[in-house]
Amino acid sequence: MYFFDPHIHMAARTTDDFATMAKMDCLVVGEPAFWMGYDRSGTNSFYDYFRQLTEWEPKRAANHGIQHYAWMGINAKEAEDVGFAREVIALLPEFLDRPNVLGIGEIGLHKCTKNEVTTLLGLIDLAMAREEQMLFHTPHLEDKYLGTRMILDILRADSRVDRSRVCIDHCEEHTIRPALEEGYWAGITLYPTTKATPQRAADMIEVYGPERILVNSSADWGPSDPLAVRRFMHEMRRRRHPESLIRRIVYDNPLEFFRGSRNFRFVPPEQD
Amino acid sequence: MPIPLAATEVLDREFLTVREKLLDLAATLDRIDRAEGVVDDDRMEKIRQSLQLLIGDGPDRAQRLQRLFSLPYNEGWQADFGL
Repeated sequence: MYFFDPHIHMAARTTDDFATMAKMDCLVVGEPAFWMGYDRSGTNSFYDYFRQLTEWEPKRAANHGIQHYAWMGINAKEAEDVGFAREVIALLPEFLDRPNVLGIGEIGLHKCTKNEVTTLLGLIDLAMAREEQMLFHTPHLEDKYLGTRMILDILRADSRVDRSRVCIDHCEEHTIRPALEEGYWAGITLYPTTKATPQRAADMIEVYGPERILVNSSADWGPSDPLAVRRFMHEMRRRRHPESLIRRIVYDNPLEFFRGSRNFRFVPPEQD
Repeated sequence: MPIPLAATEVLDREFLTVREKLLDLAATLDRIDRAEGVVDDDRMEKIRQSLQLLIGDGPDRAQRLQRLFSLPYNEGWQADFGL
């Protein structure tokens, strides 16, 4: 069965990972701009990173038959310096029209400070002015519940937001319900130690159903697994869930969400 | 949406995994006890509260455990930020 990994940081992964993912029937990846493990020293570093996500990574993926899409933004960990963040935000319009860009992401909160909120409001303003889809990072560990509730408060207060074109990502047991109940897509990230396991993701599907849920690896430069979505599929099969349900979560759902972007040009696989 | 497995089947599949995790936890707590010094730390209290939560009845243990390890949410945060 083909699958999407709708949130993965391939810039931090090797070409061997692309090859392995392709062999395991990964068809499409979505790569949000994120924190590369260190704070960048200037806007030129972001500029080059955005070029990497829109020029180089699509080619590297295509060499293995994988369709590569990206999200442009400044992550919450580098959003504390509001002046610097404004300079990065000013770079975004040049990239948002590039052919593989789905929208603005991953954006959100990290330590839930006033400055992070100021930067986030600027990013949302840009997204609304350009009618872009948005992908939200929610904080890790003890900050997650607080940060997720704050993000939902911000979005609820903005009447311009079309909730069907927004994903609240890295949801866990205590944050997935409010994201779904308010009409957003909810991402579940399969990530060792700090996010969800394939087993807990399957549990959440059983509790909340498959509607508007995306499952991703968010694999990056840290301990993570680019085949995590496959492991989730395996767990669902072990529990005897039907193939149609698994396909809905790993293929139909991300396809529907990505189709909300004007730049999404999906090429379906040839079927026998 | 129900899980297609019977409860006994789930337990059969997961029993050894649960046993392993509990043993890991017990050994970790023993290791902290054996180490030099006394831990006076909120994290130990969180661990104690978690264990109480797990042995209690009721659904949504994972959700309640997540909330136990979460910072509180202040509904008035926007006013505090001057928004």
